[in-house]
Amino acid sequence: MIMPSLILSIAVRSLLPLLLLFSVFLLIRGHNEPGGGFVGGLVAAAAFALYAIAEGVEKVRQTLRVDPRVLIGAGLLVALSSGLLSLLQGQPFMTGLWYKQAVPVLGKLGTPVLFDTGVYLVVVGIILTIILTLAEE
Amino acid sequence: MPPQINHSPSAESHAGQGSIWHHPAAGWFLAILPASVMIYLLGLTGRVAAGESLRLSLNWVPSLAVNFSFFVDGLSLLFALLITAIGALILIYASGYLAGHVLLGRFYFYLLLFMAAMLGVVLADNLITLFVFWELTSLSSYLLIGFDHQREEARKAALQALLVTGGGGLALLAGLLLLGNIGGSFELSELLQRGDLVRGHALYLPLLLLVLAGAFTKSAQVPFHFWLPNAMEAPAPVSAYLHSATMVKAGIYLLARLSPVLGGTEAWHYLVTLAGAATMLGGAMLAFPQTDLKKILAYTTVSTLGALTLLLGINTTLAAKAAMVFLIVHSLYKGALFMIAGAVDHEAGTRDLRELSGLRRFMPLTTLAATLAALSMAGLPPMLGFIGKELLYEAKLEAPRAAFWITSAGVLANVLMVAIAALVLLRPFFGRKTAMPQTPHEAPMTLWLGPVTLALLGLIIGLAPDTTAQYFIATAVSAVRAEATEVKLALWHGLNPVLALSVFTVACGLLAYFFRRFVQRAVHPLFLLARVGPQQWYEWFLQGLSGVAQWQTRLLQSGYLRSYLLMIILTTIGLTGYALVSRAALPLLPSLPVAQSYEWLIAAIMLASAVAIVRSSSRLAAVAALGVIGFSIALLFVLYGAPDLAMTQFAIETLSVIIFVLVLYKLPRFATFSRPSARLRDALVALAAGGLMTLLVLAVTAAPLRSRLTGFFAENSLPAANGRNIVNVILVDFRGLDTLGEITVLAVAAIGVYALLKLRLAEKKEK
Repeated sequence: MIMPSLILSIAVRSLLPLLLLFSVFLLIRGHNEPGGGFVGGLVAAAAFALYAIAEGVEKVRQTLRVDPRVLIGAGLLVALSSGLLSLLQGQPFMTGLWYKQAVPVLGKLGTPVLFDTGVYLVVVGIILTIILTLAEE
Repeated sequence: MPPQINHSPSAESHAGQGSIWHHPAAGWFLAILPASVMIYLLGLTGRVAAGESLRLSLNWVPSLAVNFSFFVDGLSLLFALLITAIGALILIYASGYLAGHVLLGRFYFYLLLFMAAMLGVVLADNLITLFVFWELTSLSSYLLIGFDHQREEARKAALQALLVTGGGGLALLAGLLLLGNIGGSFELSELLQRGDLVRGHALYLPLLLLVLAGAFTKSAQVPFHFWLPNAMEAPAPVSAYLHSATMVKAGIYLLARLSPVLGGTEAWHYLVTLAGAATMLGGAMLAFPQTDLKKILAYTTVSTLGALTLLLGINTTLAAKAAMVFLIVHSLYKGALFMIAGAVDHEAGTRDLRELSGLRRFMPLTTLAATLAALSMAGLPPMLGFIGKELLYEAKLEAPRAAFWITSAGVLANVLMVAIAALVLLRPFFGRKTAMPQTPHEAPMTLWLGPVTLALLGLIIGLAPDTTAQYFIATAVSAVRAEATEVKLALWHGLNPVLALSVFTVACGLLAYFFRRFVQRAVHPLFLLARVGPQQWYEWFLQGLSGVAQWQTRLLQSGYLRSYLLMIILTTIGLTGYALVSRAALPLLPSLPVAQSYEWLIAAIMLASAVAIVRSSSRLAAVAALGVIGFSIALLFVLYGAPDLAMTQFAIETLSVIIFVLVLYKLPRFATFSRPSARLRDALVALAAGGLMTLLVLAVTAAPLRSRLTGFFAENSLPAANGRNIVNVILVDFRGLDTLGEITVLAVAAIGVYALLKLRLAEKKEK
């Protein structure tokens, strides 16, 4: 759809992993510093959108391996299950549960982090569904 | 056994048979369900007769005083027994009547659903529980009446029944809420003792009107009677059940149930008695000239429901007694007659009285049942119907108000009933043998068992009424009158005015039968009246409704994105603007906010972009300029220390520019520009919206910010939710459920976008 550009293509190939890493970084730090699942997901989606512009939709689909629509469903499930976990503990739905010790690199872990991960996946899935479908043709 | 005939001429009748529901024993098997409930209830009779009332309560929504609670007293027991006993017979009947019907399994399900809903209505203790079951009966009867969904008339009748009874149901809900609030409890068993409190309340009359609207629509009182005869579009088992034991009696049940609380006032007396009398007379008069067996029976049901309502309106112990006896009488003979009508239709191929004749020779058992049922309907001894009619006359003669008029109306209605009973019985069963569309045979056992049982019960109770009187009627009357009452029934009352009235009624009824052409001409004006009557109002109402729907759909849902946007923005301007002007005191001369030079710069950039968007003749340039505005806003967020918002805004802006470009890529070039008038309109709307937002911001910032939430979140973010980023903690923890809802909405929207785009692609490929 778009004229291939060598410069863009080379730049994106090195930018994509960095952007994705940054998006995960945003997701994980979100609970204490600016960031979070929503922004992280947007950044990841933007990275893939850039990749699609540079290399075409097919390449993105190959790299992703799963259909973005699956990501939407998976994200919703993850978010929902984070709420259900507290039910198993006999607490009201969506009560935050935290693992006491901090894990190296990731920091403290709890169901809100899992919930944020769900949001992240949903956002990536939604935007990629729209962009990839639009770009295909 | 003769070969079974498919009742419904549907194309699917022969497909998909052979499921377990088509086994001949399925109906019998399912009948065990209501039968065992009946046996259980019979077991309670002794305790109820001893004056106990049994309660069962489960919390449902305790904060709203809504409990899933039930109680059994004489009145609910009587109704529940009718529902389960007749229900069991109807299930067996249906297995024969609809044998081989492809949707038989579904039919059983609807019927059982209906049965359960009715049981719920009569056993409910909590008003809300009662209402839920009440509406369930409307819904399940919709499914049942429209069961032959391929026929338009069936669908129309089902919808009509649903709209009329459902509309009444909404009124009832309002009435029940008022009742619960005024009486201070939503439990019927408690409310029944607070009649004076309710009757003395200022809102008593509206409350009464609302409850009566519910009861009258359900029990087909004038002017809501028209749906009931139409509802005979349903298969015969449904008609038999609907008319004998269930839905239409729900209104009667409600009136009887609430009469200790709401009854005894002038308003109750006049409203209920008048509606009952009008329905009783109108139903009987409309029934007489009909030729369709089921239609005649349907109109007589209307008449009977009117008679029952009339009795409850009179509101004396004698009237309550008559009402309860007459309720049983009617359930027994009407259930039997409807099942007989179905069986005759099944065997002779027609329900038209003009074509039926001499069925006695072919269907002896059915004829026996029909004879007994018709005798009971005519109120002749030794049937229970006779006792019922004697009580009816007695109660009417001793009515505290307008006894003469009430009795006269009753006699007139009963004369017609006698004539109709003769009409239904004499020629079709005992007339000369003539050719009918099919040569009839005796119906299979499934079809005659129900009518014969019910008709015989009418005879047996008539001959030996003591047990029924003591265990079922006395307890029910005690519940209706809210005081212990003894009831004795007997066939022979001695020579008294009531008996004279009976003899007079039967004589006149037979005369009316023999001079039926004359009578038909006499009631003809009523039919002319009916043509502009409630049925017609209903049609007009429906037409008006769809007219309004079309008009507003054309106006609001034109299918053009631009007009949707226009509507949304105009609505916002209107509502928000109104609230702003009426609620907030706007500073007349807002002081210009102090701002840094770079803030002015950003504002200037945004204004310039806005001008560029409007003036641009290229979509791409417009989108780019729009992006500039978005990034400027993000910049403002950064400057005011909201990195979270800024980051999100940047990402969203980037992605929306990408998406816009992808969309624009596919659009044709601008072919025409909008007309100057349209542009002027859009400019005005845009200026108004922008002006409103400006005023809004000024108004909001003028008031000092007092938010108790800010402090709460700041204090609790780290200790309660383990996070220092308040924004994120609110999103995933404090308001996590909202976020869950939002991402679900987003997911659904994305699926919608995907479907729309794929649809377009598929269309293109086809071309």
